[in-house]
Amino acid sequence: MKNENLIQYIYGIADNALILGQRLSELCGHGPSLETDIALTNMALDLLGQTRSYYQYVARLTGDEKTEDDIAFLRIERQYKNVLLVEQPNRHFGYVITRQFFFDVFHLLLLQELQNSKDETLSAIAKKGIKEVSYHQRFSSDWMKRLGDGTEESHQKVQEAVDDLWRFTDELFHLTEDDKEAIETGIGIDVTNLKEKYNKKIKEILEEATLTIPEIKWFQKGGKQGIHSEHMGYLLADLQYMQRAYPNMVW
Amino acid sequence: MKNNWPLWEVFVRSKNGLEHRHFGSLHAADAEMALENARDVYTRRNEGVSIWVVESKHITASNPENSGELFEPAQDKVYRHPTFYTLPDEVKHM
Repeated sequence: MKNENLIQYIYGIADNALILGQRLSELCGHGPSLETDIALTNMALDLLGQTRSYYQYVARLTGDEKTEDDIAFLRIERQYKNVLLVEQPNRHFGYVITRQFFFDVFHLLLLQELQNSKDETLSAIAKKGIKEVSYHQRFSSDWMKRLGDGTEESHQKVQEAVDDLWRFTDELFHLTEDDKEAIETGIGIDVTNLKEKYNKKIKEILEEATLTIPEIKWFQKGGKQGIHSEHMGYLLADLQYMQRAYPNMVW
Repeated sequence: MKNNWPLWEVFVRSKNGLEHRHFGSLHAADAEMALENARDVYTRRNEGVSIWVVESKHITASNPENSGELFEPAQDKVYRHPTFYTLPDEVKHM
């Protein structure tokens, strides 16, 4: 497998963690309570930590002067390969939790498979991430149940979030050309095999939360090809501002 | 919403073999949420290996007004400390 394909394959995984981490970071100091604020920013830090491991690996693979910061901050929108789900904005707490829940269930299944990758670095990053993501899934699942089976208002708000975000979930199981090549060499994971387990877990939690999955036939896609929603540009403007305004700045 | 949540006291054991110690308090709707909140608020810098939470209302506290009768009688009874014995040299770390 050529490095370029491996790099693109890694972006397909790592960019999800970066962009969701950035979304959660926006809530720092704005959570609905001190306790949930810290919980959400803890998860943001977990995701950004995972992102760093992936990008450091990509920087090594490129073999030139590129650093993890260049990869995180200096690509243009089309070069980010995250799914549309993770770039959706923080509309309200129930929305944040639903987005997190839909991603966490997928993320855990993915890492559990990725730890068997033939690529030792990816396998090691996945192993380390599993404990963190298990907790993310526990946290977001518990909150889905609390909100869904909570008050009339919380139920309505979280059901609306489910109705709105469900159309972004199918993209998680699409294969790009780079994914297919990575699967052939035993490095990549065939995410199409995860869909059944994913749906089962989502259904189980939503039922307990007295929530329903909307019956839709048309799903949004494009993020994996770098075709993002209108929210992505604003997110990147925030994310990249410091590095663009003060090139090569470090902490 | 936080105003509706009861207060919980958090006890963390920092290492196996040590006792749980009071770390602080937080708000949560129920015990399960209190544990998760405690994990996030008090053990994010690797402070603990075990957490206890108890709703603050279940703690019975001594009344500061009674401090005189409760604690002052002990102040002039130094002989209750076992410091009047001669320790053999073989006994270390006392």
